[in-house]
Amino acid sequence: MKHALFGAMVAAALAVPAFANDYMIMAPASPGGGWDSTARTMQEVMQAEGISSSVQVTNVPGAGGTVGLAQFVSSASGDPSQLIVGGYVMVGAILTNASPVSLADVTPIARLTGEAVAIVVPAASEIQDIKGLVDAMAADPGAVSWAGGSAGGVDHITVGLLAKAAGVDPTKINYVAFSGGGEATAAILGNQVTAGISGLGEFLPQVEAGTMRLLAVSSDARIEGVDAPTLKEAGYDVVVQNWRMVAAAPGLSDEQKAQVSADIEKLAKSAGWQKALADKGWADTYLAGADFEAQLAKEIEATTAVLKDIGLVQ
Amino acid sequence: MDTFGFLMQGLATAFEPMMLLYALVGVVLGTAVGVLPGIGPALTVALLLPVTYGLDPAGSLIMFAGIYYGGMYGGSTTSILLNTPGESASVITALEGNKMARAGRGGPALATAAIGSFVAGLIATLLLAFLAPHVVKLALVFGPREYFALMVLAFVTVSAAFGESALKGLVSLFVGLALALVGIDQLTGQARLSFGVPQLLDGVEVTTLAVAMFALGEALFVAAQGPDHGAGVLAIKGRVRMTAQDWARSWKAWLRGTAIGFPIGSMPAGGADIASFLSYATERNMTRHPEEFGKGAIEGVAGPEAANNAAAAGTLVPLLTLGLPTTATAAIMLAGFQQFGLQPGPLLFASAPQLVWGLIASLLVANVMLLVLNLPLIRFWVLLLRIPQPWLYGGILVFATLGTLGVNPSVVELSMLVIFGTLGYIMRLYGYPIAPVVVGLILGPMAEQQLRRALAIAQGDPMTLVQSPIAAVLLGLALVALVVPMILRARGRGDALAQIGTAED
Repeated sequence: MKHALFGAMVAAALAVPAFANDYMIMAPASPGGGWDSTARTMQEVMQAEGISSSVQVTNVPGAGGTVGLAQFVSSASGDPSQLIVGGYVMVGAILTNASPVSLADVTPIARLTGEAVAIVVPAASEIQDIKGLVDAMAADPGAVSWAGGSAGGVDHITVGLLAKAAGVDPTKINYVAFSGGGEATAAILGNQVTAGISGLGEFLPQVEAGTMRLLAVSSDARIEGVDAPTLKEAGYDVVVQNWRMVAAAPGLSDEQKAQVSADIEKLAKSAGWQKALADKGWADTYLAGADFEAQLAKEIEATTAVLKDIGLVQ
Repeated sequence: MDTFGFLMQGLATAFEPMMLLYALVGVVLGTAVGVLPGIGPALTVALLLPVTYGLDPAGSLIMFAGIYYGGMYGGSTTSILLNTPGESASVITALEGNKMARAGRGGPALATAAIGSFVAGLIATLLLAFLAPHVVKLALVFGPREYFALMVLAFVTVSAAFGESALKGLVSLFVGLALALVGIDQLTGQARLSFGVPQLLDGVEVTTLAVAMFALGEALFVAAQGPDHGAGVLAIKGRVRMTAQDWARSWKAWLRGTAIGFPIGSMPAGGADIASFLSYATERNMTRHPEEFGKGAIEGVAGPEAANNAAAAGTLVPLLTLGLPTTATAAIMLAGFQQFGLQPGPLLFASAPQLVWGLIASLLVANVMLLVLNLPLIRFWVLLLRIPQPWLYGGILVFATLGTLGVNPSVVELSMLVIFGTLGYIMRLYGYPIAPVVVGLILGPMAEQQLRRALAIAQGDPMTLVQSPIAAVLLGLALVALVVPMILRARGRGDALAQIGTAED
């Protein structure tokens, strides 16, 4: 009897739909990375601002987020309490891994944050500006080694775009992929490579300490407090932003989608979120609804083209 | 204020009663979670970091330091007693440690691990405090070609004598190397040996393989021998404490382990696992009791345990001086710092000295706390071995499965656990050593990536590998390590070389 009762309680616990404002956010990456910290910041702010009474974060790492995405699509379908964090890196990973699931299989809600990509050289380098670096690459693409994040990721894509904009064959670039920003930074500080490329936030402390020289950033306009030209200003028509987004489960009704969107909007507009963005150095790139969906489609198309150009996607 | 003054100030804070309580809670939590197979220090810290958010920065840091060192230490307990390493850096500890435990010397094995961790942690934390800015300069000299040379040295020293049968050892190693190829190639983004299974794209998790091969394989092997096979495990024989001879044999190993672990931990692409491999190889070569290696030599526990704890402190060198998180654990710590609006980096020592020295003082306190907590506990841990084997192994299976699923909740991960567990059983049955599989999985991808990076940077010129003095010296050492045992063996003294191969079961 006891067992039966216990069983019934477990069954009931499993069957009871989560309360409307409870959320489970999947960070499709290991703890500590950008998606994980995005998810955990959302958790903190949503609870602190009273948007949701209970938010949980799960980590499903692997393959640029596509492992988590596949699991999310199959297990969360129709459940409005489940969210997944993603972003530009996932767009590239879906293409390079020929992932069976894509962002078309989830319900994109909003773009939340963005970070510019920065190009640096070691302080001891002879190269003084972005033109010098690009000219060296044009003269002998193989001789200019780039240290950055994973292959096909936003750093790699930016180098590909830059090469293309400068009239260099993007398949000839010497891009050396490192796992995680730390190892790439070490290679740059140790003068092992010609140049480095990664999120601006990762390099800024080094630049401020004078161990690296910041040559250019990939944002559309100059960034306040950062003493470097944009690639566009320097004459290369490249604008890249490593944006992060949040999506809901597939198969939601219009009302459910509207409810999730409203909660996320509340989050994005809250004072707690704005403060967290400032603390972490993320730009507020909140964009939702049809505008975001159109932007997403554009990004996917552009990324496909670049990855084909640099030979990572057939 | 000078370095010493800051440290004293930090220590004064850390010794306040509330702070000591936080340290105790951190150490207990860290050790408890670290004991679970499949949950390494990175996950321990990730799981427990939110616990610290509610505290003030000093309390948070101190609890955090306790969790960090506690998690590092917890893994060794299960390695020694149950032959189930919870993370890659404890794999080597299981080799000699579990042999000791089975011979009724679990007490001294745990004690040398605890005291070794303490000694190494203490020295390494002091080195961190006083030498970090210098050590880091040295560590940055290491680029891809130097790392490749270091990997070659680790390969050679660990595998030079893989057992009575070099062939079987090499077969095991190559099984590990083959498994290491599974997943997305880091340098080109192409999938290898993933057979369209998305979960395989990220490769085989080291903890999954280690837990499966050691814990599941062992449980299956014991179960297959039938109910009457109670022999072979002695809970306690002789004293639970270390004897004078144990001390005499351990202290040099602790110091050597520290000397190997700290610099390797400081290297951005080093790591506690490589440090423990190299320490084991060193102890094996320097011991005066070579006949005991593979049968429970105390140096083989003392050295690697000291090395992996020293490496854990070493990891903080690039984190605090450069803001470089070089391991998953460090990356999570970075997130912890950011919680307080602090960006570890080249300026941290100058801009927030109280915090840096507070952390270092906290680490010292946590280290002491860990020893105080664990030495008396050894008596109870050893009693684990008195649990009837069916229950014990039943429990191991439950914890191993929970741990693995906790890290990565997926059916594929669970299937891998079962498949590798079965493989581990079959390999035991036919006398193939288990450790080289794990070593291959850990070192294979590192060696491959560093080699390819080095060649990419040099545009394909293989001479680059020997043109750096450090790389050349390391490769030279590897050559010596490869050739000397061959000569010794040819002269009929091969028995003198410790044999990892026989060490697992």
